[in-house]
Amino acid sequence: MSRSTLALQVGMLARRSVVRTMRQPAMIVPALFFPLLLLSINSSGLDSATNLPGFPTDSYFQFALAIAFVQGALFSAGSAGTNVAADVETGFLNRLSLTPLRRVALLLGQLAGILALGLIQAVTFLGVGVVFGAGIEAGVLGALVIVSLSLLISLAFGCIGAFVALRTGSGETVQGIFPLLFAALFLSSMSLPRNLIETDWFQTVATWNPVSYMLEGIRSLVITGWDGQALALGFACATALAVLMLAATSSALRTRMMRT
Amino acid sequence: MSRGTFTSVALAVGWRNVHNYFKNPAMIVPGVLFPLFFFTAFAGGLSRVDSVPGFDYAAGYTAFVYGFVLLQASAFGGIFTGFSIARDFESGFSRRLMLAAPRRSGIIAGYWVAAVTRAMFNVLLITVVALIAGLDIAGGPVDLLGLYTLALIVNAAAMLFGSGVAMRLRTMQAGPAMQVPAFLFLFLAPVWVPYELLAGWVHTAATVNPVTLVLEAGRGFIAADPVKVLPAFAVALGLAAVSVLWARGGLRSAERAA
Repeated sequence: MSRSTLALQVGMLARRSVVRTMRQPAMIVPALFFPLLLLSINSSGLDSATNLPGFPTDSYFQFALAIAFVQGALFSAGSAGTNVAADVETGFLNRLSLTPLRRVALLLGQLAGILALGLIQAVTFLGVGVVFGAGIEAGVLGALVIVSLSLLISLAFGCIGAFVALRTGSGETVQGIFPLLFAALFLSSMSLPRNLIETDWFQTVATWNPVSYMLEGIRSLVITGWDGQALALGFACATALAVLMLAATSSALRTRMMRT
Repeated sequence: MSRGTFTSVALAVGWRNVHNYFKNPAMIVPGVLFPLFFFTAFAGGLSRVDSVPGFDYAAGYTAFVYGFVLLQASAFGGIFTGFSIARDFESGFSRRLMLAAPRRSGIIAGYWVAAVTRAMFNVLLITVVALIAGLDIAGGPVDLLGLYTLALIVNAAAMLFGSGVAMRLRTMQAGPAMQVPAFLFLFLAPVWVPYELLAGWVHTAATVNPVTLVLEAGRGFIAADPVKVLPAFAVALGLAAVSVLWARGGLRSAERAA
């Protein structure tokens, strides 16, 4: 199969995936509304935490802005998983398996909708952040890097949702993993910098939790400017998770296609 | 119609729901998991917040967070019972129940029995975890009676609200319509820091949010320093009374549809 045919297949499935995502307000609105709501409540409720010695900024809103990007990416897992599970449940995947479609085209095409949703989220959260006074210390280029990292995180979490959907073929099971992903967010340096977390076991969990580094990568661009170590760790964690989950999803897709 | 008929309907519905609840882990997990998440994340991740100037809660940050999580677990026990009602309507069980029950208000009372059981189970688990995590309750038996009574009233109000929604919409898709208002009421209160330390619009929202009074009174009981007890009970009972009317309207709506 030629490269142009592959590109055509990816393009067609990507178009379908993007159109399907954009046509479901129930998928887009909560993915934008809930991260912004949590950001708004957190930043008012915990504003006094900026008085702690060593807190890196005097605006909790600026500190908490990164949470919206990662929480938004968690919704990607649900969206991707729900869409893939629907394709399994409705038999769409069965019909595709009878065509000469390549597996990689199917996988990339399915994830295009998630990237489109991730882009809308990242641009919205950045816009809200800037409008409400959270300056991006790393400037315009930093904002572009935030969008890139945010898309990578969305891809990684989206693959988790797609993997679960392909393994189980059930939309309900995909919804069931949401609390686990939510726990990963809550057991990170989401609310305070790691060096200010007082409880030892929590600090240890947050240090081992890759979500902490994804948050800190975005946060560094908002608060500090260009911090090579934070960015390297953030991109490394997001890339590692994305690669690992892409491989797992590809394997699950192969198994699913063989079953049909 | 005799009181015995009401009681027998309530007990039958209550027993069925309690039985279903303990037989089905998928129903237990969400009501317990979310308050536990919040307890772990806040008590563990935010414990340093008690060093913020102006944070004057003597019982410590774990107890401060426990006050909120207790209320959340009680409210969720009620709200998730609303989910069960919606599921019963979707499966057609409620329609048969409405035809068979000689006194239909007993159906709501039965669901309330299930909601109380759920809340007590949730609260017990969370209290055990909190005690293991170092919770220090300074309040005596009378304080604890006040604390848990307040939690049960909140549970009843949440369950009645949820049942009103479930009986009007009669679908599981009504879940967000039950959960989101409860979530907003709970989180627009002083969750992480005392009311005086809140800033911005959440401070304004907490000022008019009735849950603020209930939360502050609950935390007062835990710290053996009761505050705003009468207003808190008045507000909680008021919420429950409004919810009774809301649930009764829901029952009428379901009766018309049956």
